[in-house]
Amino acid sequence: MAGLKKQEKVIEGILKGSAWFTILITIGIIWVLLYETVIFFRHVSLIEFFTATEWTPLFTIKKYGILPLLTATFLTSFIAIAVALPLGLTIAVYLSEYANPAFRRIVKPVLELLASIPTVVYGFFALTTVTPFLQNFIPGMAGFNALSPGIVMGIMIMPLITSLSEDALYAIPGSMRFASYALGASRFQTTFRVLLPAASSGIGVSVILAISRAIGETMIVAIAAGQQPRLTLNPLVPVETITTYIVQVSMGDVPQNSPEFRSIFAAGMVLFLFTFGINNLGLYLKRKFYQKYEL
Amino acid sequence: MNFRTYKRISDRSFNIFGLLITLSGLVVLGIFLFQIAQKGLGRVSWQFLTSLPSRFPEKAGIFTALMGTVWIMFLTALIAIPVGIMAAIYLEEYAKQNRWGRILEINISNLAGVPSIIYGILGLEVFSRTLGLGNSLLTGSLTLSLLILPIVIVSTREALRAVPVSLREGSYALGATKWQTIYRLILPSALGNILTGVILALSRAVGEAAPLIVAGALVYVPFAPSSPMDNYSVLPIQIFNWVSRPQLAFETNAAAGIIILLIFTFLMNGIAIFYRNRMQKKFKW
Repeated sequence: MAGLKKQEKVIEGILKGSAWFTILITIGIIWVLLYETVIFFRHVSLIEFFTATEWTPLFTIKKYGILPLLTATFLTSFIAIAVALPLGLTIAVYLSEYANPAFRRIVKPVLELLASIPTVVYGFFALTTVTPFLQNFIPGMAGFNALSPGIVMGIMIMPLITSLSEDALYAIPGSMRFASYALGASRFQTTFRVLLPAASSGIGVSVILAISRAIGETMIVAIAAGQQPRLTLNPLVPVETITTYIVQVSMGDVPQNSPEFRSIFAAGMVLFLFTFGINNLGLYLKRKFYQKYEL
Repeated sequence: MNFRTYKRISDRSFNIFGLLITLSGLVVLGIFLFQIAQKGLGRVSWQFLTSLPSRFPEKAGIFTALMGTVWIMFLTALIAIPVGIMAAIYLEEYAKQNRWGRILEINISNLAGVPSIIYGILGLEVFSRTLGLGNSLLTGSLTLSLLILPIVIVSTREALRAVPVSLREGSYALGATKWQTIYRLILPSALGNILTGVILALSRAVGEAAPLIVAGALVYVPFAPSSPMDNYSVLPIQIFNWVSRPQLAFETNAAAGIIILLIFTFLMNGIAIFYRNRMQKKFKW
């Protein structure tokens, strides 16, 4: 009996170790980024990093202004959300309030397939199908641009918005729905005047988490947006996002331990801080939303 | 137009609008698969699967990348599945709802939102440089293991939570210990859902390119890897490399490579859904 008790303790210890290992990952990420970024900023001033308008670490005259990478990252993410939010929300409302359950059961997994497709595949689609298609209508559009990968990224994150918004709609207590119908409201009125306003903060969460996903997305933009850092909000010209830059340096033969190489850690730090902040905002609002409806 | 007609029209029109938008999502998926099949299906052949990479598009194949992907999948599963399931068991069955428990939960939610490329940076610094594992398969699979660990943990916890309390109570009533109950009862009855989550997490790992590029996977590998310490490439990186080249023939190769990669992803998703359905039938509570 004593042996059994000891065995139980040992097993619990091993399980506990595995769980606490996840804390170690977070510490590892922060430590690695911080350590290399501090060394990087011994060579490059913080002021230059945040205010200079050119990013040319791979050229002879090296300039380290992160702004062009940041604007490109936000430009592609903005386009993605502009596509994903209206589509994803409409589908969520339709599937949860209008569609019959059998239709929903078939369509939902197929749409979720969109989220399981590897991102290189989306990149290929953006570069070889969407860009040539858009060039038919927009003559001045370059082969690499922010618009096409932005749209494709929007299609990729649409299922995320759909499923989180659907969850938010489901979380609204049935009593609100019934009360609205009892007052003689139509389905359309109930959906748009009662349910959507009630679920709005939950839908907000889906958008916030989608933004964070778009900011961190790499392969679609690396393939279809180009690799030219440029301070612009023009969606028709080549740009380079933070993630693309990290890939570009990793694939090249930049000597490790040089400031050029360390710049990927500084860029990674910026990316991490943005997504970390956005994710926590999203998770915080999500907790508050579900507390409101006591779930 | 009276109010009643307005209500009916608005209702009817949103019904149609919603259906159209939903179907357009399916149409995009359809166009997408059709385009890839049209571009690449003609290139898929035994020669394509078994040839080494080459400068000449018509001679080039995906053998080394395919083997790299199989190795990565196997090693990642070996590392991430046990650690993830053990962590999930602790969080779901043992951890107390105190401050430390909450910190663990918030931390895992946060890890799930960290961009994959950041995991690549972590892998590069810790596994490749500090531990000296270099550009090996081991570095790549350790990196991907960390990446999918939060997914494995979250889905395993959901699977464990779905097991009814009555089962636990019955087991305790018969005098079983906590671990006996978990190992003999809870894990077997949650197995279907755990497997579903694990397979979906692995399918994510198979499609990743960015973290592996950063953590040291190579674009050109002359031979298929034969041990965890060998250099490697994977299918998504091979596809990325071909897409980046200007010649049209490489675009064909990329499309053919995508077909093979999608077979992997869709097959794994299919198996996952199959397991979930089968287990739902087997255990009805």
